[in-house]
Amino acid sequence: MKSHGTKIAIAVVLSILALGSSVFAGGPAAKKEETSALVVHVGDADTMRVQGEQRFRANCGRCHAAPQKFPPRMMATVLRHMRVRATITDQDMRLVLFYMTQ
Amino acid sequence: MSGSAGAFSFVTGGQNLIDTQINPVVLVPLGDHWLVESRAEFEGKFQRPPDGGPYGGPVNKHVDYAQIDYIASPYATITAGRFLTPFGIFNERLYPVWIRALQPDPLILPINTAPSDGAMLRGGLPVHAQANMNYAVYVSATSVGISSVDSGRHVGGRMGLFFPGPRLEVGGSWQKTLQDDRKNAFGFHMGWQPAKTPLNLRAEFAHSIEGSGYWVEGAYRLSQAHFWRKGMRRTEVVARTQQFYTGGIGADAAAQLGLPSADTREADFGVNYFLRDGLKAVASYGRQFSSAGNFNQWTYGIAYRFLIPLGRVGAP
Repeated sequence: MKSHGTKIAIAVVLSILALGSSVFAGGPAAKKEETSALVVHVGDADTMRVQGEQRFRANCGRCHAAPQKFPPRMMATVLRHMRVRATITDQDMRLVLFYMTQ
Repeated sequence: MSGSAGAFSFVTGGQNLIDTQINPVVLVPLGDHWLVESRAEFEGKFQRPPDGGPYGGPVNKHVDYAQIDYIASPYATITAGRFLTPFGIFNERLYPVWIRALQPDPLILPINTAPSDGAMLRGGLPVHAQANMNYAVYVSATSVGISSVDSGRHVGGRMGLFFPGPRLEVGGSWQKTLQDDRKNAFGFHMGWQPAKTPLNLRAEFAHSIEGSGYWVEGAYRLSQAHFWRKGMRRTEVVARTQQFYTGGIGADAAAQLGLPSADTREADFGVNYFLRDGLKAVASYGRQFSSAGNFNQWTYGIAYRFLIPLGRVGAP
């Protein structure tokens, strides 16, 4: 009975968080973060793309094969997860995000 | 929502075990600095009874981790909740079926890798133009009461140095139990992916009261083969050798943890074929040697990684 209650509680919490995600994901804070990763000077873009690919191969390739590219918001979420999971540096994460969203 | 799913057949010593599993990962970003993440595991293990009859068996389900992360600075993230214990690298990074190169677990995987319930500080930072450091320190309280997963009181940490030039990572882990006999455990890990060769070499060593051992694994993508290039690019061959030495706990306690009850050696060889992104067919053969008996282990199956958006996904 207790186990059943725990499962229901987990399901409710996850549902609330999923709804909250859709609200926050569309908010100005998330927009600012993703925009700052995407809007760069044209001259810097090529350099960042090359560096991003290098960081991608060096960091992500340590554990798994290269995934396909996903839409920017999904990619930003996945990379935030991987930043925590794989303890990659902040700079590496931003360059990989730039590369993966081009 | 991300995650993986798989269906495998493990034939161990002539006994067939059908393993089907799905491991959903829910990722919920909140603002610029927060992330809620959780992974559950639903796994069915089905065997035919010794006296014949249809396959049957339990379906296990548990929460591997349910944590909230606060990215406090470019160099530090604070995590609270239930999290994967950062002891070695297999448990945290290589465990999902779509990532691991061989489906059978390393023999030393159960050593100090039960989920932790508490808080953790972790991050990565450049310490030199050619070196990045990653670290994790954590404290785990007693179990929060989800009975399907064990936890205990312990503190520990892991530190690694990654050299992007040669793509080499080396590191070590330490954990001290804060209950019962207050024993220390430690481990070392390494990973190397040479830039010019599609080789992925990894190794781990662990030592604790429960036992000691190591594994060394090499995975080679056949993309440099000069024949049937389309197929070879998708093919990976894997070899792993490992050894386990029993520790200071009895055979029954070791079996409960999922460790061998006697000193054991094992060699595995496998082939992975990447059908498309996130989908691979796997097959492997291994032989285990120990005083408890030698046996073969054949494995074949399929592993899949999925990613499903729960919110808006378009460009900002």
